[in-house]
Amino acid sequence: MDMSTPMGQGPKMKLVMVGNGMAGVRTLEELLKLAPDLYDITVFGAEPHPNYNRILLSPGLAGEQTVDDIVLNPLDWYNDNNITLHLGKKVVKIDRTARAVEADDGTRAEYDRLLLATGSNPFILPVPGADLEGVISFRDIADVDAMIRASSQYRHAVVIGGGLLGLEAANGLMKRGMEVSVVHIGPWLMERQLDEPAARLLQKSLEEKGMKFLLQKQTAELVQGESGRVAAIKFKDGDSAPADLVVMAVGIRPNTELAESSGLHCNRGIVVNDTMQTFDPRIYSIGECAAHRGIAYGLVAPLFEQAKVCANHLAHYGIGRYQGSVTSTKLKVTGIDLFSAGDFMGSEGTEAILYSDPIGGVYKKLVIKDNKLVGGVMYGDTVDGAWYFSLLRDGKDVTELRDHLMFGQDHCGNLGHQGINKAATMTDDMEVCGCNGVCKGDIVKAIREKGLFTLEDVRKHTKASSSCGSCTGLVEQILAVTAGGDYYAAPKTKSMCGCTDHTHEAVREAIRQNKLLTIPQVMTFMEWRTPNGCASCRPALNYYLISTWPGEAEDDPQSRFINERAHANIQRDGTYSVIPRMWGGQTTPAELRRIADVAEKYAIPSVKVTGGQRIDLLGVKKEDLPKVWADLDMPSGHAYGKALRTVKTCVGSEWCRFGTQDSTQMGIDLEKVFFKMWAPHKVKLAVSGCPRNCAEVAIKDVGIIGVDSGWEIYVGGNGGIKTEVAQFLVKVKTPDEVLEYSGAFLQLYREEARYLDRTVHYLERVGLDYVKKKILDDHEGRRALYERLLFALSVERDPWVERAKEGKLKHEFETVAA
Amino acid sequence: MSQWTDILDVNDIPKLGARVVRHGTLDIAVFRTADDEVFALEDRCPHKGGPLSQGIVHGRKVTCPMHNWNIELDSGCAVAPDHGCAREFPIKLEGGRVWLDLSEVSRVAA
Ligand SMILES: Cc1cc2nc3c(=O)[nH]c(=O)nc-3n(C[C@H](O)[C@H](O)[C@H](O)COP(=O)(O)OP(=O)(O)OC[C@H]3O[C@@H](n4cnc5c(N)ncnc54)[C@H](O)[C@@H]3O)c2cc1C
Ligand code: HEM
Ligand code: SF4
Ligand code: SF4
Ligand code: FES
Repeated sequence: MDMSTPMGQGPKMKLVMVGNGMAGVRTLEELLKLAPDLYDITVFGAEPHPNYNRILLSPGLAGEQTVDDIVLNPLDWYNDNNITLHLGKKVVKIDRTARAVEADDGTRAEYDRLLLATGSNPFILPVPGADLEGVISFRDIADVDAMIRASSQYRHAVVIGGGLLGLEAANGLMKRGMEVSVVHIGPWLMERQLDEPAARLLQKSLEEKGMKFLLQKQTAELVQGESGRVAAIKFKDGDSAPADLVVMAVGIRPNTELAESSGLHCNRGIVVNDTMQTFDPRIYSIGECAAHRGIAYGLVAPLFEQAKVCANHLAHYGIGRYQGSVTSTKLKVTGIDLFSAGDFMGSEGTEAILYSDPIGGVYKKLVIKDNKLVGGVMYGDTVDGAWYFSLLRDGKDVTELRDHLMFGQDHCGNLGHQGINKAATMTDDMEVCGCNGVCKGDIVKAIREKGLFTLEDVRKHTKASSSCGSCTGLVEQILAVTAGGDYYAAPKTKSMCGCTDHTHEAVREAIRQNKLLTIPQVMTFMEWRTPNGCASCRPALNYYLISTWPGEAEDDPQSRFINERAHANIQRDGTYSVIPRMWGGQTTPAELRRIADVAEKYAIPSVKVTGGQRIDLLGVKKEDLPKVWADLDMPSGHAYGKALRTVKTCVGSEWCRFGTQDSTQMGIDLEKVFFKMWAPHKVKLAVSGCPRNCAEVAIKDVGIIGVDSGWEIYVGGNGGIKTEVAQFLVKVKTPDEVLEYSGAFLQLYREEARYLDRTVHYLERVGLDYVKKKILDDHEGRRALYERLLFALSVERDPWVERAKEGKLKHEFETVAA
Repeated sequence: MSQWTDILDVNDIPKLGARVVRHGTLDIAVFRTADDEVFALEDRCPHKGGPLSQGIVHGRKVTCPMHNWNIELDSGCAVAPDHGCAREFPIKLEGGRVWLDLSEVSRVAA
């Protein structure tokens, strides 16, 4: 078979792309990954350059990067992928009947699919003199060249437009030695991203750098000088200013000229649907020229989202819809930290939290509506931008965080970065991601060499920020410094993983509503795009199934992470650890003797007391596990699972002179009742006998404190990478109530949390008030929750007993000799 | 010279799972996909030597249990952006039995 044609369907289809810019070429890259041989590809680009990083024009102008530095796809890339490239040729006609395009020099190309990625045009003010020599815009390499040339010959530059682009142009020209004035019609700078106080701070620091501002000025005319070149700018109020170079940065307009002339429906952009298709089904459009649900995006990140979807459809996979993006902004002027996102001005029904330190040059405003963060502006200190943005995007309930919110993520408990929070001051050998041991230099190198753009890319390539996420802010800063610009943006909803577009919630709902009982059923029903998922969705699905249909859905060991399949923790050398359960941390001489015997018999190299009040046997060979369990004859400690781990207790009133309640017995009862409980993540409990709190209950998922008149229950604590203090839920009188309330809370968490969310994450999302409503106010509901938990536990067996004594899944522990 | 050896019944490997076959000191991970394809790789992840046999198998890939690299079963190579390959061994499935070419295995184990 001729491998160059897809499955012998004859000649390849022809794909023509008009516009050789960032969005278009990204689509081709995505397409080539999915279907490298589907199309003969032809690209027309009006500019004489291969695809380059337009965002880096600003640092380029400022002399921080050279033109060569910013090329993204060198000519070799087009060659290697057999792409026919027509540079410097502008397409002037689409013949939709003959399905061909024609360029200004007469070059023709036929298409089966056409992709319009023509970007946008700078808006030129219709004032007299706008066409004079020396009047330019800021859009491409040619503009930057013109500015650099002018800066070496002339002195006075005027930038019209005090938005993002205008200020970056002004900054660059100033760095090139020109005297720069920024003319702006609005009352303050960047009014689409900043409120007045933040804008004033920005203006002040730019003025300190030497920039001049002419606010609330309307341009009337550009005046010609003797040389024929522009010489001055005149305003409507009669003032004027010298100008040897005028840069217009007053906005962009989607470039729809070509589309419109060929009769495609346009409305402030080429109108596309959620698959990036125009009204002509053979023609797709993406990038700044496209209007999706009425919005033409002007930042790279959403365009890349579009590129992914478009490529998927071009590749005939037909999966995925673009549903719009939330975006945020940063200004790329070295030495200025600025961030804004969402509804930063505030409106009806919002309230704002403010922090202002005019002397220190720091200003922050967070806008909150219905207990959720809906917008924010930060100036001078933007380290937490990414964190705020994720709170905003996920629509998290911030009630509990409110008091600390302004002081950032660090203040909400965050270890492991030695307090470093400015990427720019870090040296290359300094560690950024403590979880995965990734240094700044590694990240910078990966961004440069692999051409990374998004946080996701960096996570994939370097593993930085892919674990606990507390270094996300730093990584984003490094990305901003290295790749330029800001690439935060994300789909509005988060899908479970790359195998599906559905959210965790949607999948759970479908499992419940339609009584799905196996992973293949879920995947068929929800139209998974991979045949059997991946290592991230399969364990989640397995948990959702067994927790929704206990006793009916069967556990699938092959969809469990190794620890939960082997029922022991894999160690770095491939051996395993065994931690038997000691109810409430209590043991007996007989148990200790058996542990000692087992350790000797199987030559277990290390015996350690854990922080969970039990004993860890480390370095057990996998083959020995069933025998070790049989000899120990103790219950599984589930120290390897997303399950109930330990219930830590203090000695309590039995012995302790301060004790008010029998905390040890309470702990034992809790552990016995909740034994074998699988959960979205690990679950740890503790019980202290009095408020001196020797069992450290404040950092447990459920913590109980005995007081004179009963028991206090705290929930959502966590001692991990980010320490979270548990919140008070309720005070009850009897041990039975402790069991019922704690159990109901845990069942609520089991039923509603996303897989891998700890109780604290779940609480952050739904809010404590919601949990109180469900557990404290609704007595029926609470009892029903508790009943459901008890039922689920009643069908679970001790996995060690099954494997040690009944030979279940023997193959897991046997090697085959050859 | 090849030395094809009958190793085990395909049903002794769980679907979407693996078994460890030991030859001297060399551990070989023998995988089975959902469609009953079998693959043999040295049981050492190209990243830091994690035991690939213990990973989650999906499609024709396995995810290493140590740091989640994805390894292609048919080539032994890591899926981009990661780099590196685990050694692959000749394997075949005949009449429900899994055969390994031990000549290749012995050469490596030696
Ligand atoms: C100075 C500057 C700084 C920026 N900073 C940021 C930032 O920090 N963060 C951010 O997210 N975004 C930033 N942007 C915006 C970002 O660069 C754009 O959103 C992005 O480049 C748009 O991609 P595109 O492919 O839609 O359009 P473009 O990259 O403009 O590509 C369109 C291409 O099509 C060509 N073309 C048009 N018509 C035709 C035709 N008929 N025939 C052939 N070719 C044609 C054009 O010449 C152009 O090369 C910045 C933009 C500029 C100018
Ligand atoms: C991000 C988070 C964490 C990870 C990845 C993690 C990982 C682990 C691992 C792998 C083990 C098992 C070691 C073995 O095999 O013997 C373990 C055990 C343990 N961890 Fe953690 N841990 C984390 C957070 C915490 C926190 C926050 C605490 C306490 C506040 C904690 C307390 C314990 C205890 C007490 C044990 C002993 C096991 C037991 O008795 O069940 N861990 N942890
Ligand atoms: S918490 Fe109270 S009861 Fe428990 S050991 Fe400490 S002082 Fe004693
Ligand atoms: S036991 Fe916990 S704290 Fe210790 S090294 Fe392992 S993950 Fe880190
Ligand atoms: S050892 Fe396999 S991913 Fe690290």
